[in-house]
Amino acid sequence: MAPPNSHQTGFPERLQPYPGSTSHLTFTLDPGSAPESPAGVGMTARVYIPADMLAIALGADEVARAITETAKDTDIEIIRTGSRGACWAEPLIEVETDAGRVAYGKISASDVPGLFAADFLGGGAHKKRLGPVSDIPFLKAQQRHIFKSCGLYAPCDIASYADNGGFVGLRAALSMSAENIIDEVEASGLRGRGGAAFPAFIKWRTVMGANGSQKYIVCNADEGDSGTFADRLIMESDPFLLIEGMVIAGLAVGADKGVIYLRSEYPLARNVLEQAIAVAREQNWLGPDIQGSGKVFALSVFVGGGSYVCGEETALLESLEGKAGIVRAKPPLPALEGLHGQPTLIHNVLTLCAAPEIIAKGGDAHAKMGVGRSVGTMCFQLAGDIKHGGLVEVPFGLSLRELIENFGGSTRSGLSIKAVQIGGPLGAYLPPHLFDTPLTYEAFAALGAGLGHGGIVVFNENTDMRAQALYAFEFCAHESCGKCTPCRIGSVRGAELLASDTSDLELVDDLCEVMVAGSACAMGSMTPIPVQSAMTHFPDEFGARATQAAE
Amino acid sequence: MTRWNETTSRALIEETHAKGETLTSALRALVDAFGYVDEAAIAPLMQTFARSRAEVLGVIAYYDDFRTTPPGKHVVRLCQAEACQAVGARELTAHVCAKTGLRLGQTSNDGALTLEGVYCLGLCANGPAALIDDAPMAELDIDRLDAKLAALKS
Repeated sequence: MAPPNSHQTGFPERLQPYPGSTSHLTFTLDPGSAPESPAGVGMTARVYIPADMLAIALGADEVARAITETAKDTDIEIIRTGSRGACWAEPLIEVETDAGRVAYGKISASDVPGLFAADFLGGGAHKKRLGPVSDIPFLKAQQRHIFKSCGLYAPCDIASYADNGGFVGLRAALSMSAENIIDEVEASGLRGRGGAAFPAFIKWRTVMGANGSQKYIVCNADEGDSGTFADRLIMESDPFLLIEGMVIAGLAVGADKGVIYLRSEYPLARNVLEQAIAVAREQNWLGPDIQGSGKVFALSVFVGGGSYVCGEETALLESLEGKAGIVRAKPPLPALEGLHGQPTLIHNVLTLCAAPEIIAKGGDAHAKMGVGRSVGTMCFQLAGDIKHGGLVEVPFGLSLRELIENFGGSTRSGLSIKAVQIGGPLGAYLPPHLFDTPLTYEAFAALGAGLGHGGIVVFNENTDMRAQALYAFEFCAHESCGKCTPCRIGSVRGAELLASDTSDLELVDDLCEVMVAGSACAMGSMTPIPVQSAMTHFPDEFGARATQAAE
Repeated sequence: MTRWNETTSRALIEETHAKGETLTSALRALVDAFGYVDEAAIAPLMQTFARSRAEVLGVIAYYDDFRTTPPGKHVVRLCQAEACQAVGARELTAHVCAKTGLRLGQTSNDGALTLEGVYCLGLCANGPAALIDDAPMAELDIDRLDAKLAALKS
């Protein structure tokens, strides 16, 4: 590897990220050929700058440019990585030192001359120095499994992926029987991470046993919930993990085709995934003869059209088939009659991303983490008015308060917290007196709430809870596919009621009851959750009769 | 983004169909290329995918992304979802609407600017967020957004 001055690996042109990262393809998968340490490359200093959508939104490209320009004769290599998920510190840049990677947080282009003056290439002291990455409390206190390699290397650097434990699960799966793979998934206790938390192995076994001329693996990457960004982060930072998980799922259920249904609001993820798929194909981790096993798996990306309901699995299938995203009646289950009427395994991104480690380390290791039936780790996302927002992967069982206060550091604004909304636009608003609830599926179900996809949005004391409840109806009216009358019309009527000065909340409750009972999917049946939780916990903001009406 | 033209439009539709993809993929290809689906593309879409006019129009109407009129020269998409609301997206949106004289979903008469709402860009820990043309933006406030809008004009 010739060390030209200030060369960059994976520097993105706008929405054309990581073209340079294919240069890593010159490495073989032999672990002995891992990138040399800085000492081995003479004086080349290595600087890691994230290139995920958030870092770019906060000026990471400008920082990279400024470092290149300021470096002049200093020999540096800039590697555009994914993100560690410490969103509050982005752009978070890292330099490789003898003591490991040292981080500098919230760096803007104007900080760059000062960083050079402080010898940041040697890990020098600076007011924005966060210290060794592994010691940053926000990251250190996590137990990362799915996100363990996020931000370590350029997203499409397949050699680094392999060097960090990548493809161990898939390699094992290639020599296992389908039944054995599914046994491990069953032993792991893995449940769907999209929101419904359905036991994964039941779907896998159903699809495996179903008759069909063509089976499919469909990845639901329509991460539409506000407050969630875990799927974006993993797809933009470590896309081979998703690819590996999908191939393992394909081997298990007998599917040789896969599709990632990606929302259009994630343009960068599309580019990363398409490039990663091309690299994986080139390296024989996808295609007609995976690693010489004779096993086949083809994968493509489908970009959605800006519809929230398409995150519902049957609407998603309709969309893939070229139609409007209108939900289907179930049964038939997609596992039996899914895409084009064929047996289809549909999972959220994170569910599929859990598979490689489950196969690599065994299902039992996964089952040992967590609490009761909420096993494994949960990838929470702290959002809204929060000081330390970002991705927090921890075993189930932590309390909401620990998450918000210890990891999140309370509000960014300094105001006190009025409520948090958990699990996206269809999730409950909860007041601080419930923050000691442990984060498990069961404990939240008992509150009439859910964990959903793990998004936690913090609202401060100035929040108008009636406006939030009104928004829930308005969002439903905007996004309803129109199939079910209670959802299509109920959402409009609900919005009218809450926008008026009525305090007749019994009527709102009646409406909610009809929506819950009469809607085919979560859009209509769960919109009442944010509405009624707001009315129950913040009755003062809805007029005097709220408490009585909501109970 | 290029101006709509018949030849490219037909080629994109045929290419999508030849790859075994569906009507929604063809619409995506058209919107990626031209920013919208021109009325003149409807007939080729009907023929290629063997769908009625009502079906094609129904699919277009269903998805927010599939516009039927050209967007403005610049498209500003402001996140309207909860995580951004929690840090002032409503006030920011009201400011931009007042300043530009546009409501969400409208394009200025001179075709310079389209203002749209978007429901989550996945930048939820660092709101308010926006997508301005292809550039994501986060931790926005009125001053930063005004500066960006002013830069678009020059």
